[in-house]
Formats: sequence, C-alpha cells, structure tokens
Amino acid sequence: MYPRSFEYVSPGSLDEATSVLASTEGAKVLAGGMSLLPLMKLRLFSPDVLVDIGRIPGLSSIEDRGDHLAIGAMVSHAATASDPSVAEHAAALATAASWTGDVQVRNQGTTCGSIAHADIAADQPSAALALGATMVAASAGGVREIAASDFFVDTLTTALEPGEILTEIRIPKQGGGSAYEKLGRRGGHTDYAVAGAAVWLDVSDGAVCCGRVALTGVGAKPTLAEGVMEALIGTDGSDAAIAEASERALEGVTVLDDLFGTVEYKAHLAKVMTRRALQQAVAAAT
Amino acid sequence: MGGGVVVSTTSVLGGVVKRREDPALIRGTGLYVDDLQLPGMLHVAFVRSPYAHARVVSVDASDAEGMAGVRAVYTAADVAHLGDLVTQVAVGKLRPLLAGDKVNHLGEAVAMVVADTRYGARDAADAVDVEYDPLDPVIDLKEAASDAALVHEDMESNVLLAWEGGPWGDEEAIAATQQAIADAKAQDDTVSVSFEAVNQRLLPMPIEPRSVVADWNVGYGRFTVHSSTQIAHALAGGIAQTFGLSLTDVRCIAPEVGGGFGCKLNVYNDEILVCFASQQLGRPVKFTETRRDAAGSTIHGRGWVATATITGTGDGQILGYELDGIADMGAYSQNFTVAIPFLGLFVGAGQYTFPTHWKVACVHTHTMTTDAYRGAGRPEAAYYLERAIDAFAREIGMDPAEVRRKNFIPADKFPGAATHIGFPMDTGDYETNLDALLETAGYEDLKAERDRLRTEGRLVGLGLATYVEVCGFGPSALVDLGFSWAAYKIPSGFSGSGLVRVQADGTASVIIGTGPTGQGHQTAWAQIVSNQLGIPVENIRVSHGDTAESPLGIGTFGSRSAAVDGSATYEAANKVRAKAADLAAHLLEASADDIMFADGGAHVAGSPDQQVSWSDIATLAYQPHRLPEGMEGGLEAHAVFSPGNATWPFGSHLALVEVDGDTGDVKLLRYIAMDDCGNVINPMIVDGQIHGGLAQGIGQAMFEDGDYEADGNLLKWSFVEYPLPTSADLPSFELHRTVTPTDINPLGVKGIGEAGTIGSAQTVVNAVVDALSPLGVTHVDMPLRPKRVWEAIQAAKTNGSVS
Ligand SMILES: Cc1cc2nc3c(=O)[nH]c(=O)nc-3n(C[C@H](O)[C@H](O)[C@H](O)COP(=O)(O)OP(=O)(O)OC[C@H]3O[C@@H](n4cnc5c(N)ncnc54)[C@H](O)[C@@H]3O)c2cc1C
Repeated sequence: MYPRSFEYVSPGSLDEATSVLASTEGAKVLAGGMSLLPLMKLRLFSPDVLVDIGRIPGLSSIEDRGDHLAIGAMVSHAATASDPSVAEHAAALATAASWTGDVQVRNQGTTCGSIAHADIAADQPSAALALGATMVAASAGGVREIAASDFFVDTLTTALEPGEILTEIRIPKQGGGSAYEKLGRRGGHTDYAVAGAAVWLDVSDGAVCCGRVALTGVGAKPTLAEGVMEALIGTDGSDAAIAEASERALEGVTVLDDLFGTVEYKAHLAKVMTRRALQQAVAAAT
Repeated sequence: MGGGVVVSTTSVLGGVVKRREDPALIRGTGLYVDDLQLPGMLHVAFVRSPYAHARVVSVDASDAEGMAGVRAVYTAADVAHLGDLVTQVAVGKLRPLLAGDKVNHLGEAVAMVVADTRYGARDAADAVDVEYDPLDPVIDLKEAASDAALVHEDMESNVLLAWEGGPWGDEEAIAATQQAIADAKAQDDTVSVSFEAVNQRLLPMPIEPRSVVADWNVGYGRFTVHSSTQIAHALAGGIAQTFGLSLTDVRCIAPEVGGGFGCKLNVYNDEILVCFASQQLGRPVKFTETRRDAAGSTIHGRGWVATATITGTGDGQILGYELDGIADMGAYSQNFTVAIPFLGLFVGAGQYTFPTHWKVACVHTHTMTTDAYRGAGRPEAAYYLERAIDAFAREIGMDPAEVRRKNFIPADKFPGAATHIGFPMDTGDYETNLDALLETAGYEDLKAERDRLRTEGRLVGLGLATYVEVCGFGPSALVDLGFSWAAYKIPSGFSGSGLVRVQADGTASVIIGTGPTGQGHQTAWAQIVSNQLGIPVENIRVSHGDTAESPLGIGTFGSRSAAVDGSATYEAANKVRAKAADLAAHLLEASADDIMFADGGAHVAGSPDQQVSWSDIATLAYQPHRLPEGMEGGLEAHAVFSPGNATWPFGSHLALVEVDGDTGDVKLLRYIAMDDCGNVINPMIVDGQIHGGLAQGIGQAMFEDGDYEADGNLLKWSFVEYPLPTSADLPSFELHRTVTPTDINPLGVKGIGEAGTIGSAQTVVNAVVDALSPLGVTHVDMPLRPKRVWEAIQAAKTNGSVS
C-alpha cells in the first residue's frame, strides 16, 4: 500500500498541463485518483510523474450547449448523477454514475476519469457508448474529437494518446429515452458490474426507430450489441419483441469470466440486463 | 466489614448511557498504534512468498542492503536462536519467525527489511531476490485429510487430531451414542437427511490493520511495545519468554484498537521480530500491516467442510444428529488453532436433547493459519446443526419452528442441564425465547404472505435459526485442559481482574485487565462501578491495555470481558464500598451497617440530610492520622474473579428474503433477532454488538469468500475481491431480547460479542433455501453471491425438479 516514489505537479492551466505531459516521459493524468491511486499503492502501476488536473479552471462544469451536454473532466460521479439536464437527456449516464462505487468514490471520482480508465466492469463507459458520446481530447498538439465507438480499444485501453487529456465528453441531445441496468458484485446495484447494459433508443409512430445497446462487465471492453438493435428496430418495443432481441446481445462478444461470474452466467446476465434496460428505455421514449 | 447499600431510583445498570469513548474516536483524538511517532523510529516491510509451497533456494539481499536508508535485512538464520513463534496450544507445526528452507503458504515472511521510512522499506523488500523451487501445494481439505501428500514432510500425517463426542473423551459412551443413532436409522418410521456443506474460510479484516511498535531501552534492558492487540498481557509474556526476560522487563500497551474479531488474539511473528530488530539496532521499530499483508498473513477463520446427517420420525422427534467434518488449520498452528473446532464441539448439539455424534478432524494445508474469528467454532457448529434441522423439517413437512420446539432442552431441566459432551450449562429457556421471536415477528402472518407471493411466482423465503453459544470463558479450570497461557508466562486460568481506586477528590479510577476493540469498556465498566458505589458515571475513569498498570487479564475475546473481568471489577467495587462504609460510619459516628450510598455520597439510613460526600470519605482515607485505631489508609481494592463455568447465551433469529430468479440476486428484506445474553449492562452497547455480529454473519452468508484457489493462490488482496458487508447492503435490523440471567457471575451477564455472528449465517441460508424450495433446491453453499444462487437454480431446473 506504499507506492514507489513519484513526482507530483499541479498545473494551473490546461496549456501548462498539456505541455508538462508532452515534455515528461512517464507522466500520467491524475483526476479523482479513485482508480489510479489504488493501482499505484499496490505497485501494479508506477508512473514517474502525476499531473493533477484538479486545479485547472473550467473543467468542473456540466454545460447545456443547445444540441449537446458537455461534462468536464473534473465533474464528479455525484455531480453527474444529480444534474437535472443529465437526468433529462442522458438518464443512462445519470443512473450509471449514481451506481458507481460508494458515496466517497462518487464525490471524489470523475465521470471522465471512469471513461478514460475504461475498466471492463465500470458503469459509465457503456452509458457513454450507448448515448453516442463524443470525447474531446486536448494535447500540446491541439484538440481532437473521438467518437465513443472508436474510443474504447481494449481492457484499460482507450484511443487517448499518452500526452492527451480528456477535457470533456459531449452527449447529443437526441430525444428518445435511455436507461442503464446492472447487477453489482454485491448484488443489487452495488459495486462494480458483474454485467450491465446501457440503452438509448427512440420510438416514432409506435415503432422503435433507432438506438444503441452497450454492454459492460462481459467482454474485454464496453461493446455495442448491434444485433439487438437490428432485431428491435421496426418492432413495437413490446416485451415480447424486447425478449427476442435481447437474445442477440452477445453476438460478436467474447465473454470473459472472473471471480464474480462464469462465462455462462455473464452471458445469461447480459441478456437479462439488456432486456430490463430496453424495457425502461422504451417506457421513457414513449 | 460493613456493607453499605446503594439506593438509586433508576439503576445505572441497564440504563442507556452513551458510549463515553465515542467523542474521542469520532473526533480523531484517540491514539492508534500507527499514530505513534517515536524519535529515530525505523520501519519494517516483509519479503513474502508468492508461492503456497516451495523450497527457498537462496535469498540475496545484497542489492537491498545497499539502498539508501536501509538499516538491515534479516533472514531465518538471523533469528533462529529465538526458536519458533510462542504458541499456547502447541499442537501441530509451529510457525518459524521467518521461513527457512521452505515456505508453506502464500504470504509467508521470508525476510524482514528495516529502513528509515516505510516507503524505503517497501522498495528494499522488492529488491530482495529470493529464488524459489515451487512444489505442489496441499490445499483441498479432503486431499489433506487423506494424507496423499504431506504438508510438512517431517510429520507423519496432516491430521493433527479429531474432536469427537457424544460425551467427550469417553470412548464407550461415544460408541453407545453412535449405536443409538444407528438403531434410530434402522427403524422403519424414521427418515434421515444428509448433506455436505462448506463453511468457507473468512478473512477477519478489522478496519484498523494490525500495527506494532517495539522500543528496546538498552539502558534499562526493557522493551516498551505498543501493539494493536486483544491480549496485551499475553504479548508481553510472549516477548519475555522469547527473549529470556521477566514480565516486568516488557511493557505492552494496547491503545485504541480498531476492531479485532479474534485476529488480534494471537501473538504474531511480526510482533516478536520488531522487538528483535529494535534490540539489534537500538532504535524503535514499527510495522503496520497493509491490507494485502492482512489478507495473506493475519489469521483466517472458519474453513470447514462437513457432512451433516439428521434422523427422526415424522412427528418431528429427532433421534440422532451426526456431523463428520474436516477443519482447515492452515500450515502452522498459532494461539488457539486446533482448539477452535473444540469450541464447536461444546455446542455441537446446540440447545437440543437428541443423541449427537460429532467429529471434526483438524488438518494442516498450505494456507495461512486459521484461528479465532468472531464466534470461533461455534458459528460453524451452529451452521451445520441449524441447516440440518431445517432440512429435516422440510423432509417431513413440518414447520421448522415446531421441530425445534419439540427437541429443545426444556426450561425445567435448568439448573442441571448439560451439553451433549457432558459439560454443564448455566441457565436457559429456549422455548420462551423462540415463542417471543415468532410472536414479535408475526411469524404466522409472514408465512401466509410468503405463501401468497409464491402463488405469484415470486421466490420469497423465511429462514429461522436458533442457537446456544458457549462464551464468557471461564471456567478458570480450563487451565487443566491445557489452555493455560503458560507459553506466554501468564498461567492465569480463565479468570479476570479489576482494580477500583477512589481518588482523593472522590472520583474513581477503574483499571482493568482486559481492553476493548470496540466493545465500550470505558462505559460499561463505569456503569458497573457507579452502580455499586453511587459515584456518577462521569466521575469514573476506566483505563486498560497497559501491562505496567493493568492487573492481569487474559483478554477480550470469547464474549468474556464483562462476564469475567466485569464481575471482578464488581467485586473490587464491593470491597471499596465496604471500606467506604467504615470510613463514612466514622465520619457520621454511626454503624457501617446503617450507611447508605446515594446522590454521590453516604448517609445514615433515615437521615438523608446528613450526607458526607465521596470526597469527604476519600479525604479521610488519605489522611490516615485521622483514622480510628487499626484502620488502614487508602481507598482501593483489587479483585480476581474465578468463574465456575462459561456462560451460555442463546437466541432465535428470523430472516425474510426474496431471490431474483433471473439473476440469482438475493435481497435480505427483514432480519429479526431475539437474543438472550442474561442481564444487560448497557442496551445501546449490546445492540451495537448484535448489529456488528449480524453484519459479519450475514457477510459470511452473502458476500465473503476467503477460500484459496486450487494452486494455493489467494485472489483476495483487497476489498475489491473480498467484499465486506456495509450498512448499505443490509436492512435495518429489528432487535429484541429475553432476559435469562446467568448464575455463574454476580452481574448475571452472559456476553453478547459473538451471538449475532453465531446465529445469523444459517438464518439467511435457511431463508434462501426456503425461497428456492419450490424449484427443488435443497442446498446452496455460502457465500450466496448471485452467481452461485443462479447456478443452484439452473441445476435444479436441469434436474427436472421444477414444480
Ligand atoms: C471503492 C471503490 C468502488 C468503486 N466502484 C465502482 C463501481 O461500482 N463502478 C465503477 O464504474 N467504478 C467504480 N470505481 C472506480 C471509480 O469509478 C473511479 O473513480 C473511476 O474509475 C476513475 O475516476 P477518477 O477520476 O478517480 O480517475 P483517476 O483514478 O484519477 O484516473 C484513472 C485513470 O484515468 C486517467 N484519467 C483520468 N482522468 C483523465 C482525463 N481527464 N484525461 C486523461 N486521462 C485521465 C488516469 O491517468 C488514470 O489512468 C470504484 C472505485 C473505488 C475506489
């Protein structure tokens, strides 16, 4: 529980932070520290320099920018969970944030940190994926946007380059309804997901017209379950249609086992969580 | 000597007095061992084995020794002269202080690094190069018991001993019990139900990890040792024994201790090793374990596999109960290790009358030592027994409450009742307690509601379990059974002590032999003394945990502190009262027999206006020239209480659960407990103890799993892999009690520290099995994590037993 020695810098501006990151090999962004510090204490990961982005002004707000919501890098899980505009336009993310860890973790950890960390059992990455979020990354070389579907590369691996800071995520205000369902490791919604599903969809003229389903806890990274939406689009979103579509949740997913679930169990759960999240999303969209 | 009677309208005993230790603990002003910073203090990190079983080919510490701030690296050869770790119940292989040519469990200490900082110590420990030659480990209990491979090649068998009864130690009588059960099974009108269940290994994980600071004073030739321990006196004696010192040369201080649950009821190799390092280096040396150290090298609890068989007739009469089990001792024996299943044997037949044959073999494996963990043997015994009663009730289609009631030891057998091994029990009224639970909970209504919800397809279950525990150890004569503490130079018997001193200003100091790990001694002991002397609680200060000032007490464990050391303190207070009555009589020119204590002072019966205060009485005591001829000065007394027996609390618990059939997720909806711990000194503390105990028992039932992998790995290094229950995971407990005082001690108290844990795991499992019974499920092993419950549902479905 004692990390190796490291340097700590706390830049006062984004430019300063990106230039430190660009010029310092082995530097790592520190946000809420809820995932990074335990890894360092267990000596599983030992960066030479931590660049704390917590004192940079302007990263702590949730903004409604007309066609999208922007959630800044230092917005805590608790803030995401309780923000009325997130609840209105991105209910799946609000729910995922409210079920992330415990009160201390939600006050200290950040939504962007959870997404940048990309733990296979984390809640909010799948919600961001289902909601079609855009990730905004800043580096000494400039700013770029990365679509959620391109962002999650592998276990604990994203499209962010070493010198990049995820400054915000943008969620389109796209109507419809969204929902997140999970079974936590302690049962209920508590603790990391054994399996979870996030859904956004829209309904027009009594039929499901578009949407995305993203799974967490099941494969190596948050994954879009495209077969489910393929099966559901055009249906009336009835329980029967949902049950049938949910059976396709695992197409293209390699299910991994861990201490909390066998392959068979997680595969089953993925379908159950998909079904439950779809039911809620349909109800919210209609 | 005169008596003196305490007059109080509302007794302090049994009253709600808020815990007096809490302001300091809540505001962060309590001192824990790791808070201690001594000048020149050095820090320790251990090099630990990554293998469950391996030969140590070589240890190369040259890189580590060359690192800045590293003071020393010690290996087995450096400490060989100190021998193995001092151990009370020295059955089986004892632990070397550091592993020599072999390591026998993951996390076993191979080398100790001492450095200027804890970070530097860890860096250097990582730089010690140990070459291992890995060997196959023995992990599985049945394999260990078969002796197919030996854990220790110089031992003849992995099986250390088996605890067996019916009567204990009487082979003929045991054979007769077995015959009676065999005869019952052969009867046409009986049914037998049998099942195998695992009572999984648990990691105690107190919130404060263990921590120790040793300081050798070379001038005085003495150790001062601060340790987060439940047994300060035994630790002092263990250190004295190891280093060839006297008890007065070692002062141990247990300051605030943040939970123990039995894992701090051991003398550890690290406690001895920091003493060694301090002596070698002439500096204070601290070791604070990390959570990872705690998981792999602080003792574990439970770890049994057993088959229970229960036989009886269709009318609910049970004619025999058999338990055949194996208990995991780990690789080395420590303080109590093999004695833990023995505590289970005591209550192997619980509060029932039926013939019982109970046998549990203790085996070594390549894992961390097991020892006392909250309940220690009794939760395991109660788990199998109460699961068996439910299985039998289900088989014959009778209400499980009714089956229990039919087989209880009746209240009129007390006094004089004895356990199945022939050990006398103090007091008990099991049926009244069970009936009180059922009535309070509205059992019949709950059953009706469950049945109604079942018709809607919901998996709702009710679980009942009753228990009797043995605790409040006592009797003093346990010494004669080999539990003598002599290895720690304190062959004190299971007695207790207390010292009460009235200060010159009329306030009282109480110094006790045991210390708390959260049980509220500072409050409860003040209540005991206040009740006897009439000195208000706020004028009484309780201290503990410093062997230089505390009278000898063996420790807080086995729910014994109030029953034994509390009783000693009660008797010490009575001695003080008798003397104070003499002093007051002198001041009031009356007879001591007529002195009454009330309102913070004393008066002569019938003349409450003429009051002398405790300060008047104490002043006289400390001005001996004013005393009448022949009276000694001072106002203090010490008492040792020698209990004639252990105490036997009991209770009945009920749980209501709902299972999500799609996911296996278990929701604990209600938990109702009716406990009986005899008289209650402080209801708030008693409720708090039950709360924590229930959480730990429910933690075993639903969340915690400390079992090793087949290759000897332990994948539970933090609370991510080892989920402890939190308040957010549990319902609001509904607590009630019946009161059946014990006749073993003058306070009539039995002890409540472990009851919640002993009663709860099987209550929850019985409820879940009840919920799943419409699907044909009859057994699920703990912990009832969703995966396991779902798998049980799937198995029942594929067995085609869906109703
Ligand atoms: C007790 C506990 C329980 C938890 N339970 C859950 C749970 O139930 N569900 C769940 O999903 N998670 C859970 N977590 C993880 C938690 O959500 C973390 O807060 C989150 O994963 C990381 O956010 P952070 O701000 O703390 O990031 P940090 O720990 O500071 O960083 C994590 C990683 O992301 C990088 N990073 C962070 N922010 C940025 C950024 N803006 N730009 C670039 N890189 C960045 C860091 O460099 C680091 O590699 C739990 C954690 C704890 C300690």
